[in-house]
Amino acid sequence: MAKIIVMTSGKGGVGKTTSSAAISSGLAMRGHKTVVIDFDIGLRNLDLVMNCERRVVYDFVNVINGEATLKQALIKDKRIENLFILPASQTRDKDALKKEGVEKVLDELAAEGFEYIICDSPAGIEHGAYMALYFADEAIVVANPEVSSVRDSDRILGILQSKSRKAEKGEHVEEHLLLTRYNPERVEKGEMLAVEDVQEILATKLLGVIPECESVLKASNQGVPVIHDKSSKAGLAYDDAVARLLGEEKEHRFLTAEHKGLFQRLFRRSA
Amino acid sequence: MRLIDYFTRKRVNSASIAKERLQVIVAHERNKRQQPDYLPQLQKDIMEVIRKYVDVDMENIDVQLDNNGSCAVLELNVTLPDSSDAA
Repeated sequence: MAKIIVMTSGKGGVGKTTSSAAISSGLAMRGHKTVVIDFDIGLRNLDLVMNCERRVVYDFVNVINGEATLKQALIKDKRIENLFILPASQTRDKDALKKEGVEKVLDELAAEGFEYIICDSPAGIEHGAYMALYFADEAIVVANPEVSSVRDSDRILGILQSKSRKAEKGEHVEEHLLLTRYNPERVEKGEMLAVEDVQEILATKLLGVIPECESVLKASNQGVPVIHDKSSKAGLAYDDAVARLLGEEKEHRFLTAEHKGLFQRLFRRSA
Repeated sequence: MRLIDYFTRKRVNSASIAKERLQVIVAHERNKRQQPDYLPQLQKDIMEVIRKYVDVDMENIDVQLDNNGSCAVLELNVTLPDSSDAA
């Protein structure tokens, strides 16, 4: 049976699309047939992050409206077997996503044998975000260690617990917290909320902590999800998060600052 | 800045301020979220009734629903104006 996972946050710019690209790639790398759907109608960007922007012919809304078949709209990833992308439409009609239409596409994907369906939610708590989370079995709430992001995450958790299909049926969506742009140096200086603080406030199981890392921007520049970069901390942290999502026990890494010695400090520039 | 100030000034731990502020606002918002939808209307209706007898402001009426395990308690707090004003 297909597992539907929504990547959501409330606040924009915290790393939903980056995380959707990385986690869907990670699941496919481990052999699971995975599709990632961009729900950000009118502001499509997942295609760019996954380097398939020039291969988009049909989109999610075309499939819902019956203007294209699912097979025509799905884009196969060039790097990984088992990974497909369903791009968002660039229409300005915000209500193009109807509940019945979304359900039909999700059912069809499940029938095609997809094991994981990752729904990349738009920011906000309006229709698009609601459609992305409504059918979810699990939710990955992406947050930054920063006040507005944490507050919005709590709102989204409230919506998941009351407005999702599972909630309506009296069941509950399994929630995971993914903390991104974490800077251990600033945490040690008391300038940034620590992972324990965010967890205490949100009371949600921690899926992973992605350190703030230069590799993330480099990856999106090139359209290669950062999980492919096995030399980067962010890439490795995403890989751990995928393992945890699949039920493996993994200790969290990159939570403490690296203390540079005098020698390293002196020669930092030349290094 | 005087030199002495530089050495004696305390480092402000802004992260702990953030945590405290978040704990307060998140608890407040969760509480509101769990309230039934009829609560604001109930508050208005109660105010109408009280206003028939005493002149009070909306701010002086506080309606809260607290869940204590198996039972819910509807708490109504009305601050009446000083009797000297009422006359």
